[in-house]
Amino acid sequence: MKQSGFWNDVKKYKVLLLMLTPAVLFFLLFAYVPMAGIVLAFKQYNYTGGVFGSPWNGLDNFRFFFDSGDAWRVTRNTALYNIAFIVVNNVVQIFAAILLFEVAGKWFRKITQTVMFLPYFISWVVVGAIAYNLFNFDYGTINVLLNAIGLESIDIYNTAAYWPVILVIVSAWKTLGYGTIMYLAAITSIDTEMYEAAEIDGANVFQRIRKITIPNLYPTVIILVLLAIGNIFRGDFGMFYNMVGNNGLLFSSTDVIDTFVFRMLTTSNEIGMSAAAGFYQSILGFATIMLANYAVRKYDKDRALF
Amino acid sequence: MSTMAPNLQPAAKPEARKRRSMDRLLLQIIGYIALTLLAVFCLFPFILVISSSLTEESKIIENGFQLIPTAFSLEAYGILFKYPQEMLKAYGITISVTLLGTLFGLFLTSMTAYVLARKDFKWRSHFSFFFFFTTLFSGGLVPWYLLIVNYLDLKDTLIVLILPMLMNVFYIIVMKSFMSSIPEAIIESAKIDGAGDFSIFLRFVIPLSKPALATIGLFIALGYWNDWYNALLFISNSDLMPLQYYLYRLLGNMDGMRKAMMAAGAVVSSDIPTESLKMAMTIVATGPIMIVYPFIQRYFVQGLTIGAVKG
Repeated sequence: MKQSGFWNDVKKYKVLLLMLTPAVLFFLLFAYVPMAGIVLAFKQYNYTGGVFGSPWNGLDNFRFFFDSGDAWRVTRNTALYNIAFIVVNNVVQIFAAILLFEVAGKWFRKITQTVMFLPYFISWVVVGAIAYNLFNFDYGTINVLLNAIGLESIDIYNTAAYWPVILVIVSAWKTLGYGTIMYLAAITSIDTEMYEAAEIDGANVFQRIRKITIPNLYPTVIILVLLAIGNIFRGDFGMFYNMVGNNGLLFSSTDVIDTFVFRMLTTSNEIGMSAAAGFYQSILGFATIMLANYAVRKYDKDRALF
Repeated sequence: MSTMAPNLQPAAKPEARKRRSMDRLLLQIIGYIALTLLAVFCLFPFILVISSSLTEESKIIENGFQLIPTAFSLEAYGILFKYPQEMLKAYGITISVTLLGTLFGLFLTSMTAYVLARKDFKWRSHFSFFFFFTTLFSGGLVPWYLLIVNYLDLKDTLIVLILPMLMNVFYIIVMKSFMSSIPEAIIESAKIDGAGDFSIFLRFVIPLSKPALATIGLFIALGYWNDWYNALLFISNSDLMPLQYYLYRLLGNMDGMRKAMMAAGAVVSSDIPTESLKMAMTIVATGPIMIVYPFIQRYFVQGLTIGAVKG
């Protein structure tokens, strides 16, 4: 009885199911099948055995990953960078959005907003080229400027300490435009009656921004920040790889989980450990997203991911 | 984005009004200065690259990259366009990949989104979860990489530049939320006229979804145009290198570039302006986007604001 009900439904939705088939096959193949490949994290991979024929080696891959100190270094870097990005990017974006909303000149607003959006459209490879132009030891603009004011050249590509600052600035630069757009949309949707009421009460513009605009942005900020925290263990591979590449001198301050996994796979040929590190990241990522979503759901049910 | 500052009518006492106009002026001054600085901060690197690409190589070697060319030269562009085979090949690959990927990707994304937006479809929440779960958990890079290389055998094919990026759950969700706002009465009346589900999608839903199709189509196209990652992982044949990856290789390996150019034409190695050429190639690879984006940015703004609301 139940069986025939199911088949009736299949018949009824035949065309819709057919229309869904390409997407289902796509995600099955490129997302679900690789999940089965997680077994590699517990194997000593060899080419002839492949994913399923290679011998098991228990937790050796994980042990190697954790004992080498790599696990701690890349986890710390990934999380710290993401925290710095979240704080700095959001502060700058909110600042820019408030000013864009307040400034009077229509054309000025249009032009600055367009210009700030430019980095969003550029590939990380091009950002890498820009970095080369700025930071190169012999010809880089930074050193040209330093020399011009009588200072010595600095060797940025060989000094790990500069990179946290550089990467935070680059991230702010790349995300300024689109983050500003999101906050500007939130500011625009604030009820103008509130401003009028504040005006009548004699509030000046700065008080108005502090007492009305910013508090009204809290919901958006909280949601965006919580969702970003959910992704705190996912590094932006494109950014780190194009800015730093495989420059071992900088790994102490620039190696994130994603670049580590990539390097172990492509240059070190440590397939098993790379899979283990990837699995470790997936678990961490899954846990933080669930937590972040739980927090969002508590705060505002409608804006939770699920 | 029409975000005119609210036009407030001052209704308070004269001295309060005067004080207020002072702080308004101050805010305007701060706003103009800060936003100008931020805009310069965003634009400065591009100007630097453009002017470096226009500087005579010997001046770069002597003085480094500079904001204003001390000696203007089109030599780097001249070399690029004198032996354009490699660059044109990379352009061709990127254009084909972008066109094919956007066409198929947009069609599949909207078809999937349409089914998920159909409120009478019994298993819509099950399928939505099936797709959404892939954003929460993944097998990681290694199994995915081995699947594509060892099992699907897609290394060094054009397909590998298109297929892995064909569909994206985020775009499906944005499209679905747009299509959910199409009045159901339209679909119902089409059904009564005897139209099948697929023809409803083609004849009614697609024309009504044009703004969303433009937005998602442009997101997909930008993703393909800027992609270098799939090439980094899967392409070693120089005939299949897309533009961004070609630039990546050139930045990292000028020697290979030199050899290719010397093979293409009889140039002597020392004639090739290495540094300005890198910058010129950066401009050539970015140029189309820098020219086009001011005209299409509003679609991205739409997509980002819908996406921000819907997560």
